[in-house]
Amino acid sequence: MTPLAQETDLYRADFEALAARRASAEPGWLARRREEAMGRFEKRGFPTTRDEEWRFTSVAPIARTAFRRAVPGPGVRGRAADVAALSLDHVFDGRQIVFVDGRHAPGLSSIEAEDGLEIRSLADVLARQPDRLEPHLGRLAGGRSSSFADLNAAFVEDGAFVSIPPGLVTDRPIHLVFLSSGAGTPDPVVSHPRTLVLAGRASQATIVESYAGVPGAAYFTNAVTEIAVEDGAVVDHYKLQRESEAAFHVATTAVVQARSSRFSSHSFALGAGLARNDVRQLFAGEGGECVLNGLFAVAGDQHTDSHTFIDHAHPHCTSRELYRGILDGRARGVFVGRILVREGAQKTDAHQTNKNLLLSREALVDSVPQLEILASDVKCKHGSTTGQLDPSALFYLRSRGIPEAAARGMLVSAFAGDVTGRVRVPALRAGLERHLRERLPGLQDRDMQEAVL
Amino acid sequence: MLEIRGLHASVNGQEILKGVDLSVKAGEIHAIMGPNGSGKSTLAHVIAGRPGYQVTAGSVVYKGRDLLAMPPEERARQGVFLAFQYPVEIPGVSNVYFLKAALNAIRKHRGQSELDAMDFLSLVKEKAQLVDIDESLVKRPVNEGFSGGEKKRNEIFQMAILDPELAVLDETDSGLDIDALRVVAAGVNQLRDPGRAMVLVTHYQRLLDYVVPDFVHVLVEGRIVKSGDKELARDLEARGYEWLEAPAPAARS
Ligand SMILES: Nc1ncnc2c1ncn2[C@@H]1O[C@H](COP(=O)(O)OP(=O)(O)OP(=O)(O)O)[C@@H](O)[C@H]1O
Ligand SMILES: [Mg+2]
Repeated sequence: MTPLAQETDLYRADFEALAARRASAEPGWLARRREEAMGRFEKRGFPTTRDEEWRFTSVAPIARTAFRRAVPGPGVRGRAADVAALSLDHVFDGRQIVFVDGRHAPGLSSIEAEDGLEIRSLADVLARQPDRLEPHLGRLAGGRSSSFADLNAAFVEDGAFVSIPPGLVTDRPIHLVFLSSGAGTPDPVVSHPRTLVLAGRASQATIVESYAGVPGAAYFTNAVTEIAVEDGAVVDHYKLQRESEAAFHVATTAVVQARSSRFSSHSFALGAGLARNDVRQLFAGEGGECVLNGLFAVAGDQHTDSHTFIDHAHPHCTSRELYRGILDGRARGVFVGRILVREGAQKTDAHQTNKNLLLSREALVDSVPQLEILASDVKCKHGSTTGQLDPSALFYLRSRGIPEAAARGMLVSAFAGDVTGRVRVPALRAGLERHLRERLPGLQDRDMQEAVL
Repeated sequence: MLEIRGLHASVNGQEILKGVDLSVKAGEIHAIMGPNGSGKSTLAHVIAGRPGYQVTAGSVVYKGRDLLAMPPEERARQGVFLAFQYPVEIPGVSNVYFLKAALNAIRKHRGQSELDAMDFLSLVKEKAQLVDIDESLVKRPVNEGFSGGEKKRNEIFQMAILDPELAVLDETDSGLDIDALRVVAAGVNQLRDPGRAMVLVTHYQRLLDYVVPDFVHVLVEGRIVKSGDKELARDLEARGYEWLEAPAPAARS
């Protein structure tokens, strides 16, 4: 038996058991999609660093761990207090749907009805109106999916379903909260949360997806989010990843933008021992605008990998991408940003910037901007820099009486501020800034926190 | 207040200061002049504690304590202030935000209560008026996109806020038009007081017309080759440095 087969075996066994239990409770199309996804996953196995897309990130620690599917049980309930503490209630204004270990937790959720806006658990939609999902589920992420997305598709059970009816403009952010208890079975658990966001024509909404785990808990979150932005719709999407440092987080956000739609993504990768985040965007119509912002801030032995792909498949679309990385300790960061301007996508306007800040000698970052232009009449540019804190700036601040740690903190915050400053949800921005202060050494100085005017 | 004896300092293994002696008492204003590259900024940086300068011999005693043993922030809290020849641009850090942190660190050290946002902002208003700097400017990120003159004014503004005992101004007058120069001079004169001392590094007599120094020193090739009173500055303005350029070891009047 090849090692590959061993790694996927466990998942196959689980898959069979589940399929038998579901029997005919599920529509045929869904069972087929599961089977196809499982087949692709088995055929390819987990990626290795020989795969171009995974050159800088080894997922061997995930492949060789025998994760169990998360099942709701006394373990989860027993740690309800821990889990509740992770919920962002204290930061946000209460419009949130919460999942614990991949399953809807109605007790922690609070959703108010609003003119046709639906914020539901995917499991609920699967059980009652599966046909509504047929045109979308696995279609947006499909075709160019990774092994992990396939694995998610094979095991999809629950997650968030958000449907914004055409023309609805909803101001308050919609929070999708995914918490991991780290309990439930003696072995580390895996959850496959699946989120589908359908933004109808000319609708407007802000979605905040956040992932967190009980500190120290070992688990694997394998998430897929699909977002369909219809004609003229505006979606601001925020993702806050602050998983436990013993956890693995692999996620794909797939976005399809119809004509004249606007989409922005703000991705904050702060937690997990090993994290991989893909944002895959497609302009499926003319005149779209896309903003991809991201900040990864890691320390210790963390490894974080951000891949983005912007697909200019139609003319007259604009994309702006800004990713920043802050790395301390022995942390490793990866940014791979690919922009494809397809033939005929004239008047494409694309900018991409990646800047990284190394706070220690052992920290390391790989930055690969990839611009592929097949059209002639376009405006595209990209740039990437990696550096350390400016010693002159550090001395300038210290020469005024600021302690070194606080001075470093100010400079690091300023660096991060270019991304955090673009967050338009004030509570989220405040939470992020606080989190960054707690996470990165040198940002903890009281002098600095009190200096805020 | 400040006693510098036999100071030797190197950068990247290259000796720049080759035995500097300087004694500054409270209430005095000293001017340091000298050709480009003679070591004036190096001396200023060594006093402020910039990393990267190796002091190979000599001592700097400030208010009876070994200044060289203190990190830069500690020196600032003890009342040392350096107005930079080339103020640093720091994107993303607001000028007043960092100044408030700095002032409160200094006040805490002095046993004074920390200023809250309200009190601090009224201090900012007052000092901004004093040095004739636009209030919106001082709220922007530190020196980012400032003109040369604005950067120099900002140094004086910071000095006015932090209220130092020993201020070293490194060519704060260079590149200023006459109005800005008057502002700088007013800022300096305003600080002039029997309890404080000031060291002005300058190339021009102009500033010294407004701020009359008690002593003038000439630094050439890492040594003070001549010291005198305000008349020395006039001589230098008229005759240049060439007539002095045989450095007499440890010359001092
Ligand atoms: N970081 C450095 N590395 C190497 N040499 C340096 C460094 N900093 C200064 N020097 C050298 O030290 C010498 C003195 O420089 P310094 O800046 O102190 O001169 P200065 O008297 O202030 O000149 P100016 O009037 O032009 O400001 C110069 O020869 C300069 O090139
Ligand atoms: Mg100089």
